[in-house]
Amino acid sequence: MTAFLATTPVPRDLPLPLPLPEWVLISFLVIFFLVHILFVNLMVGGSVLVTFFECLGRKSPRWDSLAHSIAQTVTVNKSLAVVMGIGPLLCINLVYTMQWYSANALTGHAWLMIVPLVTVAFLLTYLHKYKWESWSQGGWKTLHLWVGLSATLLLLFVPLIFLANVNLMLFPGEWEKVRGFFSSLRIGNVLPRYLHFLAASIAMTGLFLAGWLGRAGHDIGHTPGFSRPDLRRLFYKVTAWVTLAQFVLGPLLLFTLPAVGITTRLYVIIFSGAALGFLTLLVLFKELRSGDEHIGRFYVLICIMFSFVVLGMGTGRHVYRQAALAPHQADIQERTSRYAAALAEFNQNLSSTPPVQQTADQLFMNCAACHAPNIKLVGPPLTEIAEIYAGNPDGIVAWAKTPGKKRPELPQMPPFAHLGDESLRMIAELMLEKGKAAK
Amino acid sequence: MDFPSFYMDHLAGGRLIIGLIASLHVLINHPLAVGAYPLLTWMEWWAHKNNRPDVDQLAYKITFVVFIVTTTVGAMTGVGIWLSTSLFAPFAIGSLLRVFFWGWFAEWLVFISEVALIMAWFLTWKKANTPEKKRSHIRIGIALSIMSWITMALIVAVLGFMMKPGEWNQTRAFWDAMTNPLYLPQLGFRTCFAFMTGAVFLWFATFFFTRVSKGTRDDPQRKLRHWIVYRLSHVVLVALLGTFLFGTWYWNAIPDAMKANSSVALLTQEFMSWHGKFETLLGWTVLAFAVIGIGGLGTSFMIPRWALLIPSFMGIWLLGHFERAREFMRKPWVIGEYMYSNGVHKDELAFLQSEGLLKHATYVKHRQVTDANKVECGQDIFMLACSRCHSTTGLNGVIEKFGIMYGVDKDWDSSGMEIFIKGMHQTRTFMPPFPGNDKEASALVAYLQHLRSTRQSLPGVQSVGISISPQAAAAAGAQP
Repeated sequence: MTAFLATTPVPRDLPLPLPLPEWVLISFLVIFFLVHILFVNLMVGGSVLVTFFECLGRKSPRWDSLAHSIAQTVTVNKSLAVVMGIGPLLCINLVYTMQWYSANALTGHAWLMIVPLVTVAFLLTYLHKYKWESWSQGGWKTLHLWVGLSATLLLLFVPLIFLANVNLMLFPGEWEKVRGFFSSLRIGNVLPRYLHFLAASIAMTGLFLAGWLGRAGHDIGHTPGFSRPDLRRLFYKVTAWVTLAQFVLGPLLLFTLPAVGITTRLYVIIFSGAALGFLTLLVLFKELRSGDEHIGRFYVLICIMFSFVVLGMGTGRHVYRQAALAPHQADIQERTSRYAAALAEFNQNLSSTPPVQQTADQLFMNCAACHAPNIKLVGPPLTEIAEIYAGNPDGIVAWAKTPGKKRPELPQMPPFAHLGDESLRMIAELMLEKGKAAK
Repeated sequence: MDFPSFYMDHLAGGRLIIGLIASLHVLINHPLAVGAYPLLTWMEWWAHKNNRPDVDQLAYKITFVVFIVTTTVGAMTGVGIWLSTSLFAPFAIGSLLRVFFWGWFAEWLVFISEVALIMAWFLTWKKANTPEKKRSHIRIGIALSIMSWITMALIVAVLGFMMKPGEWNQTRAFWDAMTNPLYLPQLGFRTCFAFMTGAVFLWFATFFFTRVSKGTRDDPQRKLRHWIVYRLSHVVLVALLGTFLFGTWYWNAIPDAMKANSSVALLTQEFMSWHGKFETLLGWTVLAFAVIGIGGLGTSFMIPRWALLIPSFMGIWLLGHFERAREFMRKPWVIGEYMYSNGVHKDELAFLQSEGLLKHATYVKHRQVTDANKVECGQDIFMLACSRCHSTTGLNGVIEKFGIMYGVDKDWDSSGMEIFIKGMHQTRTFMPPFPGNDKEASALVAYLQHLRSTRQSLPGVQSVGISISPQAAAAAGAQP
């Protein structure tokens, strides 16, 4: 524990209480975050697929139409991704105030860049969507492809900034090593997390599109060259193969996690999730083998099973965070309450001692920064003041309350009415006395 | 402040960044979301009632622009306020979030419905091709207008609170925070301002979406322009009157509330010059809106397109100035009578002044000022106590401020500077009191003198990282 303290900053928490019991905020955080990440997945995965299919579309136009159809969903999902992000942001700010803001500060420039980067990415996705038909030939088409690609690259980069932050907040003991965003990527296991996220995005988008483009109400006139079962099968395949890859990426993520938050409970949760994921995959492959007229019958089941897998992973994520941060949270709490106790004691003593009337000398400190006995500091010296106001302390009081500007070479004096007439009078008399003595 | 300090020296901390993001957000939110949605819904309803597809078309085209801007720059600058405050004022936003959790939570739910409604409204516009569908489409527009207004109505509470928390300082109750004394006049002012500028925006956009050929009096596009300009000029005039009335109420509410805080008596004095400028600006802006409003009433002549830019720019300027003045008047507080703008709580000030700021801070190199570490300690003190508003040698820089007082080309008297720093809140009442002990004030002066000769810019943790001596951390943990 002492070793931990020696290398880990233990800040004081804010004195205001949390607005809700911590466990409620944590449940909100886990659930709201999963909803947010679902739409982020659909936005990122959708953009990647749009770019990929649009490239294929240069050879065969049916892929281009398919890409266009997917692009319609990206702009909607991106709006939902942003708006759904506010809830978890609210909760993480509250539950992990000290770790979260610290991680933000340490990667500050990148954190701030999220705003312009995402704004530009969003504007590009709109440009890409609304210029699809008019920029369809020759050089315009190439430009169109580049617009889509740029938006996709931006949308692929921004999650890395968020990941760097949620990762960095888990390891206060490592904060001393961080020198900005890029160095924060070396802390913990950001890159395996990122790969896992990327694969999840594509798998999720595949499942979503299998339902969206394969639904009965979908006008397949927009996607010539594909029948409804074709679309279902295509996107099921995307989901299935990428999910299969998660059985490599998932363990990579798990086994590269710093040991600080690893518990048996975490293993139980993660492996149960993985087992359910395996079952889901079996159902998915069974669905893929069924004929055109049957494909899609397990769709709802697959979605439900997937939701539980995701909920398991989200819970595992939280269990790791809780275990990794428990000692730090406890130390912060202890330090905060010790500080609060010392502060309360101090203020108690302060209020029990009767207020002392300030002496003229103490009051004069308000003036001493600018007025010295013999030399000109900021304003005229006391000797000069004593000459001007000889026998007229009320003149000084009046001037101090509403000063004007007499000397062009000096800054104007600020007013001191808030000190009160009595104190000003005491100061004025002292000034005259001191000015006379200094002569 | 007990967070690692993100700091951009050349930008005087970073309030400017928060200010720019927040102002841009307000400039999009007020005219486009709060002002334009109800006006566009009204256009759609009127077109449906009077069978005027041209009006409906025009509303749709303007909605497209509003839709793109609000769901990109508008939404991201809103999130950007949280991201930027988390960097520049984590202590303030962290506290506000604990006070206003339910307000923000409710605002989030409303915002979700707002985004869902704007997408539903815009994306299904063309599909609403039967009277029944059109009626429910109009209802979506009405719901959207209400939601947009509610998001603003909830957030305005936080702004008023930061200036004047009212009863909250005694009760710490959420409802007292929401219903702070400045809430209603500010909400009324912003609502009317939104309608006024929203109407001018629609008016301006109309000129781009209608093509008028010269000479033909019966040109349907010309008629369309007449139709909209005549009606929008009414909106401008009525909203202008409301803006003026609520603005006056708001304006009068502030100095009274501030006067009650006797400790900031100087603030009104310091504010005199702002007051004058603001009144002049307000006068010209009101006049500009009034001229185009009255001009638009006469259907015989058309206000030219460029003329609309004048009130628009003046409105932007006015709002920017208003937001800046609002932030300035709050000083020395970031949350009135509770937390100073450098993150120090009112009730811990005397404690820190007696015990020392460094002793209880986390991200500092030393805990005690000695002759050997004076400059380093001074730098940490500067970072903790001054850096949220001041740069070193740049914008709003301390070197510039002391230069004005003591002369740029003269020696600065260190003991005079020390006395000034300790009593600064009396001479400049918009400054928070210095939150350290005497030794720390002298360390700060040592750093400032050093800074004056080296002119080295001060990097934040985002580039140099944090440094905490292990002993310091252990001491913090072990101290009784």
